Amino acid sequence: MSAEHTAQISHQHNEGGSWNGASEPFKASYGKLMMWYFLLSDAFTFSAFLIAYGTLRFAMPTWPVPDFVFSALPGGIHHMPLIFVTIMTFVLIASSVTMVRAVQEGHRDNKKGVVFWMVLTIVGGLGFLSCQAWEWTTLIGEEKMSIVRNPFGTHTENGTYLEGDGHDIKAGDSFKAHSSYLIHFHDGQFHPLKYKTEAGEEKTQKMGPKAFGALFFFITGFHGFHVFSGVVFLIIIALNVASGLYAKRNNHYEMVEKIGLYWHFVDLVWVFVFLVFYLL
Amino acid sequence: MSHLSYEESKKVVLRGLIILGIITLIEVFVALLGKGYIIHDFHLQKWLMYLLMISMSLYKAYFIVYYFMHMKYEVPGLVKSVLLPTLLLVWAVIAFFSEGKTWHDWRAKKNDRPIGIFENPPASHSESAGNTPHHSQEHNTQQPEDAKKELSPEEHPAEKH
Repeated sequence: MSAEHTAQISHQHNEGGSWNGASEPFKASYGKLMMWYFLLSDAFTFSAFLIAYGTLRFAMPTWPVPDFVFSALPGGIHHMPLIFVTIMTFVLIASSVTMVRAVQEGHRDNKKGVVFWMVLTIVGGLGFLSCQAWEWTTLIGEEKMSIVRNPFGTHTENGTYLEGDGHDIKAGDSFKAHSSYLIHFHDGQFHPLKYKTEAGEEKTQKMGPKAFGALFFFITGFHGFHVFSGVVFLIIIALNVASGLYAKRNNHYEMVEKIGLYWHFVDLVWVFVFLVFYLL
Repeated sequence: MSHLSYEESKKVVLRGLIILGIITLIEVFVALLGKGYIIHDFHLQKWLMYLLMISMSLYKAYFIVYYFMHMKYEVPGLVKSVLLPTLLLVWAVIAFFSEGKTWHDWRAKKNDRPIGIFENPPASHSESAGNTPHHSQEHNTQQPEDAKKELSPEEHPAEKH
């Protein structure tokens, strides 16, 4: 009698509130909820980096103009501002969309559909990483930017060049304040050009703010590392889907939903990295 | 999780692709238009450009979180516990950016001359400068607003003293 009573009480409790493990708080599984809180903490990490970027940029008298810095395309094409990074952004958006489709197929317990859309997502992620690898290679290899060195400067006055660099700039070319320049690197060293300001002073090109290189490589690198880890997890989970592991769990491919949250978050961060590094 | 039917969800996905793609294109267009790449010698006001691009990015962020990450269909408690803490960032942005502006101003003050970009050099200066650079520097010390000598961004005033 007493045991039956206890059982009844515990049964009532289990059916009741959220506090004894019977029901899920916020109607989300433990794993999904923790993914949300992980993403929240990750959002704070990224925000700290981006705020540091903003603070240093505000503190500098000049900052390289992004549509000058990011204007190269594969195949030796130059002077195409922001085109390459727009393609990168589209690749990431597309991979986010295919991820949504994978999660939806998961809800229908359509194993083949999940694998198909996840493979497309992985291809998108790898495509984005390849684009980033090319962008970094150009900046480091050709333009000689590093975490302690930034050859992208900005003119603070109107003026005229007194000498050319053998590429884009010829002696006698005039420039305006706000326009950026790249100090050319050949024969193992930088060759800053001499110019004359409108006021008649003779000056030499100066290197841009050092912080630019460090912030760019660190923040886009941290984002790229997130994309890379995401691709690794996507591959693992896609293999598990294909092997039928999640079908046995019978929870409508919740693992796919969780990696989906992470993958969208990576896209979300890129929205802001794209905004502050490339657009503003 | 989703309260939508399969067909409806597929439509949301297509809409998402179009919305995010088009907003990105508009953002890039505004950036290039505003800086005079599309129409020769046409520039947008900086504040207008920034306002447009920041608000479009925030809309993209909202769309990703609410539709792609299904925040729209979560219970209010979960939504609040994830989104409300991000409001702290509003404070962080204001505090740190104004700090950055203060560093910038102190640097200018310590050098006793404005630093930054000068599109139209003052007339009096361009007359006096040129042939005698030394004289022009003395001139600058007396009238800081006329000063034009640029400071290298790498040259931190604190390191000089």
